[in-house]
Amino acid sequence: MSDRRGFLGVAAVALGGVMLAPGIRLIEVAQAATPAGATTGANPAVRWGMLIDTTKCEAGCTDCVTACNTENGLDPRPTPTSSQWIRKIEIKEVKTGRQASVPVMCQHCAEPPCVDVCPTGASFKRADGIVLVDRHSCIGCRYCMMACPYKARSFVHEPLTDQKPDVPRGKGCVESCTLCVHRIDKGDKTTACAEACAKAGHNAILFGDLNDPASEISRRVREIGSTQLRADLRLDPGVRYQGL
Amino acid sequence: MTNTDSRNFWLLAACAGLVTLVGLGAAHYMELHGHVVTGMDNQVVWGLPHVFAIFLIVAASGVLNVASVGSVFGQPVYKVRAPLSGLLSVAMLAGGLMVLMLDLGRPERVIVAATHYNFTSVFAWNVFLYSGMVAIVAIYLWTMFERRMNAWSKPAGVAALVWRFLLTTGTGSIFGFLVARQAYQSALLAPLFIVLSFGWGLAVFLWVQAAMMAWNKMTLDADVQRRLNRLLGIFVAASLYLVAVYHMTNLYFARQDAFAAFILRDGGVFPLLFWGGYVLLGSVLPMLLLFNPKFAAPRTTLAAGALVILGAFAFLFVFIIGGQAYPLEIFPGWEAASAFADGAVNAYVPRLPEWLLGIGGLGAALLLTTIGVRVLDVLPRDGKLK
Repeated sequence: MSDRRGFLGVAAVALGGVMLAPGIRLIEVAQAATPAGATTGANPAVRWGMLIDTTKCEAGCTDCVTACNTENGLDPRPTPTSSQWIRKIEIKEVKTGRQASVPVMCQHCAEPPCVDVCPTGASFKRADGIVLVDRHSCIGCRYCMMACPYKARSFVHEPLTDQKPDVPRGKGCVESCTLCVHRIDKGDKTTACAEACAKAGHNAILFGDLNDPASEISRRVREIGSTQLRADLRLDPGVRYQGL
Repeated sequence: MTNTDSRNFWLLAACAGLVTLVGLGAAHYMELHGHVVTGMDNQVVWGLPHVFAIFLIVAASGVLNVASVGSVFGQPVYKVRAPLSGLLSVAMLAGGLMVLMLDLGRPERVIVAATHYNFTSVFAWNVFLYSGMVAIVAIYLWTMFERRMNAWSKPAGVAALVWRFLLTTGTGSIFGFLVARQAYQSALLAPLFIVLSFGWGLAVFLWVQAAMMAWNKMTLDADVQRRLNRLLGIFVAASLYLVAVYHMTNLYFARQDAFAAFILRDGGVFPLLFWGGYVLLGSVLPMLLLFNPKFAAPRTTLAAGALVILGAFAFLFVFIIGGQAYPLEIFPGWEAASAFADGAVNAYVPRLPEWLLGIGGLGAALLLTTIGVRVLDVLPRDGKLK
């Protein structure tokens, strides 16, 4: 009996040591790697958003999707397991038969469910309203994908090659539309999808600062009727739709 | 301990170890190639590994019920079973967590999950609930085995009881707090999972107990058998009631009509598994076997237990996969179609690595149980009662 007890005692101590030691070591490593000085953060006075005019969006046109794929180095021929940050949805109202073509991407909610459910805080909202995934702390649990009402997030199912230097991505992490944050942070005033839509002559996607009363997007949402997708959920998306 | 005993122990441990190793191999293969080698995609993001993991975690909580009835409510029949119940709880929790962690996109980053917490996340709560559960049950087992600590067994049992409720509330709330999907977003899921856990845990317990007694050439006292049978029957009935209430709410709310029709009638494999697997084979048939005195025999109990476990898997497959297969309603009142499966029912067929990982979790739970049974004195002896 005392042999068994002794064995259990030693086993418990050994197991505890084995489980704790690497953790303590990794915490040290992680703390040593934290940069000392904070960088300038996003501007909290800004709320980036989009207004999508479905009356101008042409059915069958996928220029915005192609532009996004090219800009961010995504699969040009998407499969169910490859990432789609923006997609075109053809919709038809059941009662009236009215049709529309709608680009849908991350809606950059003010109250994002993906941020609420993320266990590590990898899913986060910047001060300027852009919802992003920190690829260094995403563990790939996919809870955010379960929580997003817009199916805006994709999981990287395969090893990636030839990535864009501005858009770091990685197998096993979740990702979604970044509102072309790499452009915004360089001072650009538009996203790849909005640019492509304008180039095609449709001008259905308008990007801008919803908080600036003088911006084109603020003026338009003030003057015309626009809706938010699944407005009933009160997530306050930064993307609005006109003509639905 | 005889030579045959020793040989059987090593044989069982080797088999369970092999199953675990195959599971670990499958996880390695998934990590190397990415989740593209599974049946999961961007629509069905949680697949078969979650079915296995959640079964193990929920059953781990429920199996502790046996100990609680003994320690907390002072029932001697259950008290002698408390050590086995505690051991099974830790073993199954470990097996379930193994599957859950190895199914992550970045399993090597599990240390991130242990050092970075977002306290609005139910998953983050669960990290504490799971590790706390292991700690509390370990202490509880210690108070039972260490004679000097026996007096603390009851408070430890109460702590384990409370913690177990919290843990299964946490597991149910993983889904209950999801606002996006028609299948979830219900506070009912927390109590539903608690009640489901009772039946699943007891079914596993009865099988392990029967195996141990057969091994030791013991027979279960008929009275004890009858009590355990009745208890399992009551748990199955209570689960069925809560599942019915969950579906009734969906049927009543107009906005849930389409989803209720899908999951209960039109959804192909899902209604089939729900009615045939969970309701008929997993609930009604076991209740008939357990409540009818004509069938009272150890073998019937085992058959009922196996059916309950089978029903559990059917239920979880419908709940987890079916809930994701049904398309998100981004445009209520509109039909939708896209190159990203909008408006379409998502097909999901689990592939071999997922099966192997899930079964590997069962193997790990069996391995830990086998070792635990060997080194700890957990064999229920009803002779102690008198």
